[in-house]
Amino acid sequence: MLWTSFRFGALRKVVAAMGDGIALVGNPQLDEALELTADVLVIGGGPAGAWAAWSAASRGARVVLVDKGYLGSSGAAASGGMTIWHSEPDADSRERAKENRRKVDGLLSDLGWMDRVLEQTYQNVQRIEQFGYPFPADAEGNVQRRSLQGPEYLRTMRRVVKDAKVTVLDQSPALELLLDYDGTVAGARGVQRQENRFWTVRAGAVVIATGGCAFLSKSLGCNVLTGDGALMAAEAGSSLSGMEFSNHYAPSLPFASVTKGLMLGWATYSREDGTVIAGRGRGPGGNALGAALLEGPVYAVLDKADPEFQKLMRTAQPNFFVPFDRSGIDPFTQRFPLKLRLEGTVRGTGGIRIAGPNCETSVPGLYAAGDAASREVIAGGVSGGGALNAAWSMSSGFWSGAGAADYAASLGARAHTRSVLGVGRAGLRPVPYGATAGGAGEIVARVQEEVFPYDRNMFRTGPKLAGSLDRLHALWPQALAQQPSSLRELVRAREAAAMVAHARWMYASALERTESRGMHVRLDYPHLDPGQQHRLISSGLDHIWVRPETLSLGRRVREIKRELVAA
Amino acid sequence: MIELISPTRCIECNLCVKVCPTNVFDEVRGGVPVIARQEDCQTCYQCEIHCPVDAMYVAPEAEVSVAVDENELIASGLLGSYRKEIGWGKGRERGSKFDTTYLVTRQFRG
Repeated sequence: MLWTSFRFGALRKVVAAMGDGIALVGNPQLDEALELTADVLVIGGGPAGAWAAWSAASRGARVVLVDKGYLGSSGAAASGGMTIWHSEPDADSRERAKENRRKVDGLLSDLGWMDRVLEQTYQNVQRIEQFGYPFPADAEGNVQRRSLQGPEYLRTMRRVVKDAKVTVLDQSPALELLLDYDGTVAGARGVQRQENRFWTVRAGAVVIATGGCAFLSKSLGCNVLTGDGALMAAEAGSSLSGMEFSNHYAPSLPFASVTKGLMLGWATYSREDGTVIAGRGRGPGGNALGAALLEGPVYAVLDKADPEFQKLMRTAQPNFFVPFDRSGIDPFTQRFPLKLRLEGTVRGTGGIRIAGPNCETSVPGLYAAGDAASREVIAGGVSGGGALNAAWSMSSGFWSGAGAADYAASLGARAHTRSVLGVGRAGLRPVPYGATAGGAGEIVARVQEEVFPYDRNMFRTGPKLAGSLDRLHALWPQALAQQPSSLRELVRAREAAAMVAHARWMYASALERTESRGMHVRLDYPHLDPGQQHRLISSGLDHIWVRPETLSLGRRVREIKRELVAA
Repeated sequence: MIELISPTRCIECNLCVKVCPTNVFDEVRGGVPVIARQEDCQTCYQCEIHCPVDAMYVAPEAEVSVAVDENELIASGLLGSYRKEIGWGKGRERGSKFDTTYLVTRQFRG
């Protein structure tokens, strides 16, 4: 049966009302669904999605971009500020940029990808300037393109994307991917939450740029980042990589959302009784703050910055100071308490496995970019956030958009005449497993109990990982059994399911890696094991499996030689 | 969390409804938008910096709702303070032009 045969007919309405059986479709309370076609559908409106949309449109593709919130304000980048992993194009600068990373990243990155990303980032940063983003100039008048302020960057990208004639659907969370009968991705479905209706976009190719998963920890701008894209990709058959590198925590005032670590480089840390705690390191082993917090409250004061420097700090990251100014704390003279908020795969490096140079996934027609994708190829097991992720999002976004546009063009008119089926499950097509279905809120709370504690996720041990994993596996049938009764509940149900899935991929991978590498710290295996210099691929939803992916031998030999020379 | 939409300053442009990443607000026909789902607020300050008339105040408390007083916020200069700092709004130079991150990171000691 061809799609075209009932495209505008009554039969199609019947099929749509059956809605491949998804919850709430055909509900008389809802308005008629919005139906669009596109060459490329981009899901996610952070930097990666914006670059993907711009890049695809620049190649002549008709592009639709959907975002859960709003292209320009959504995601980790829009509310923050970030440095850029960036180097001048000369060979020495490039080598230095790579070497600095290789010292800390756990040797799982790929020198070829690092070269590509440095070059693409260099080019795209110049584009950002051409787009009209006002970079600062130093005292000699040299333009400094080493950092971006989030609100200005994303406002610029929104304008550029709109100018490129991309159709932007804000407030339109995606729910599931549509596959044709060959298993090729052919679009997606979601809801327009302010229009009280579903949307369907049939597309030649889809780019997932939905960001990482921060488990609703209220880390700045991250509560939209619930891992929805990885859930959709997994349902379509994609695997993930590096999910053990998913336990980045960032410091904030205990009551506030701003999670920025840069300024704490000028802090003195102390315990409740005022005794000073030795400096917090960065990168591997940089968990001194977490270790101290396990013993009791930790305080900081930015007393290492002189008044002149304090001014520079304020103009560098105005957002860092907002919660201080608004709660009447002078961070330069008064001790303030700290906590750590989990940022999961946002500042971790795990995500949807990249299977090719244009950020293809293993599923035909599906691409992944930004924090939704694994960043191990450039960041190994440590990103630290900003710098690497900023470079990755503008590079992977650019490539995935171009790759998706070319793929869609290769399909021609066939792209929109395929019969398609939605493949979303948990929360969308409830499965009565006999499990007591708690609401999404309860499921999320139970996931958070397993992933937030420092002594479970930051400092990992086999027994605790296994215990958490058992409980999380038991939660999955509940995620499947959710029966949302409104569009809002439907979106919540999908977010809850995505978080359960993420927690299981994380801990299954963490259990498999019996060593400490990158941000993955195992107290029971405190050392790096040269025998485990491989990536871990995870996949599946009802059953989760993890297997090592060997780095190519030639590359390993080259790398070992380099390390020897460097030593 | 978002605590205030000043009814005297609000021009009912509904930009906050559009830009809120977590869909906290509801449009009200012929009126000031309402904070309909405060518990969903992620304290990202986006509504506040997009508000063209500084009618909104996001308190730094991300976990609990706190009482705020508009007159006190105006007196202390906090209403619209973040938007001013990033240089958004008519007649202001955009803050990214004065981004000193490159000077700060040069001295970062980790």
